[in-house]
Amino acid sequence: MTSQEDNFMRKIEADEKIEPKDWMPEAYRKNLIRQMSQHAHSEVIGMQPEGNWITRAPSLRRKVVLLSKVQDEAGHGLYLYSATETLGITRAELIAALQSGEAKYASIFNYPTLTWGDVGAIGWLVDGAAIVNQVSLQRTSYGPYSRGMIRICKEESFHQRQGYEALLALANGSPEQKQMAQDSLNRFYWPALMMFGPHDSESAHSAKSMEWKIKRETNDDLRQKFIDQTVPQIEVLGLEHPDKAIKWNEERGHYDSGEIDWDEFYSVINGNGHCNRQRVEHHIAAHDEGTWVRDAITAYNEKKNAKKAQNVA
Amino acid sequence: MSDAIKQATLEYVIRLGDDSVVLGHRISEWVSYGPFLEEDIAYGNVALDYIGRARLYYSYAAELADDGRTEDDFPYMRSDREYRNLLLMEMPRGDFAYSQVRQLFADAYAAVMLPELVKSKDETIAAVAAKAIKETKYHLRRSRDWVLRLGDGTEESHKRTQKAVDQLWGYTHELFDMDETEQLLADNGIGVDVSKLRDAWHAMVSEILTTATLTVPDDSWAVRGGRTGYHTENLGHMLTEMQIVHRSHPGCQW
Repeated sequence: MTSQEDNFMRKIEADEKIEPKDWMPEAYRKNLIRQMSQHAHSEVIGMQPEGNWITRAPSLRRKVVLLSKVQDEAGHGLYLYSATETLGITRAELIAALQSGEAKYASIFNYPTLTWGDVGAIGWLVDGAAIVNQVSLQRTSYGPYSRGMIRICKEESFHQRQGYEALLALANGSPEQKQMAQDSLNRFYWPALMMFGPHDSESAHSAKSMEWKIKRETNDDLRQKFIDQTVPQIEVLGLEHPDKAIKWNEERGHYDSGEIDWDEFYSVINGNGHCNRQRVEHHIAAHDEGTWVRDAITAYNEKKNAKKAQNVA
Repeated sequence: MSDAIKQATLEYVIRLGDDSVVLGHRISEWVSYGPFLEEDIAYGNVALDYIGRARLYYSYAAELADDGRTEDDFPYMRSDREYRNLLLMEMPRGDFAYSQVRQLFADAYAAVMLPELVKSKDETIAAVAAKAIKETKYHLRRSRDWVLRLGDGTEESHKRTQKAVDQLWGYTHELFDMDETEQLLADNGIGVDVSKLRDAWHAMVSEILTTATLTVPDDSWAVRGGRTGYHTENLGHMLTEMQIVHRSHPGCQW
């Protein structure tokens, strides 16, 4: 091991943060770019399934809350792109990788939002699962990522509350509204569990990420936390738990649960979700339609700068 | 408050609420379709301000009506024939130039109208106007900057922006129309006499358009009807989408 590598590993072991200007192994950098950009892309692509309901929100209050929430996701995306750029890659390159399919985003967003209840379920379950993961990532070894997570977690917990509250209103509403809530829970519960990734034994990137302290807890441990916290929340809603095998295990101090349908997980990731193509095409279409606007800004700024230079001369 | 004035105030507040909710809704259609992420956030903020404004007007309308209706009954339970917004606000989002030009026209209108509305003897209306004035300062700076950049950007952006100006100009005339309701309120120091504001608006907009190398259109055509519920075909579709969930579950809480 070179002295640079020694020094890097010493910092990791001492729980010191790695900062952009510090030396880091190329594989560490690559691993971070993959994970952080995937995180950023998830925020941005995640604007679509929820944005799908802004124009149909059933009250002005809900419309305002949802709009603010989607705004926050855009802000998180922006913040994470900037943090990823500290690793020596540009936002344009990151976006190109998203659009070519080379970079991934959270597969949960390949599921369609079919009812107003889905907006609540996404806030509650999807953001809820994201928070469990992100709280853990506040201690990640890369400084800009860690600081980003601390900031983002604050807003995400507001998102989770608003989602849960929206679903609570449905659960306490008419029989049709309650059915809407149950249907959303049924469709989003299992995909939310899948958000933590494959079992530790199957996870391609886990071992190295744990060693480098990019990840601080394993997929299965984080998933267990989420399963445990969700049971009483479902009880308060008065809805049926989608996992019929859910059962408190006194010995483990955790809930035992049914097995996830991993075939579905891989099937959706590999392009068989309802929205895989739609999400990426939407992003490409908006980006392409914006080209003339971005060109206009460049041209305008060049004209202004030329004028300034002329005035100085 | 006399009955006639109370009725007129209710009608006036609904009109202002309709303007706000319709424009806010149109802007919200841009979410995830903006030219870049920063713009998605900035324009979303403008939508939030307008929908927030609508909520203030409608909750005051509910208070004045005092017949059991709530804030949401006004936007969700009326048809397009009952809506009283200015036609400019309901035009579809179009391309980015079209939306920004409409925004400039609406923001400039707010910029000349709100400083009068804030003087209203009706304290609630004055308070809403006071809050809106602050928001409008930011909105106008933003839409002005966009029109300058798009007008004086590339050949394509100039062309698109000029086209938007030409297509929207005819919808700006009714912004300054008065009817009996608004006249009664203006005479009583509650509402604004908008007929006196066109010169100020025209001067403000012309200065911006000219600086942006755009041509200020002649006043050769004008479409009117928003305040009497005689709308373009666009509003019905917008409301169909906006009201579908609310109306599908009558009497429910959300």
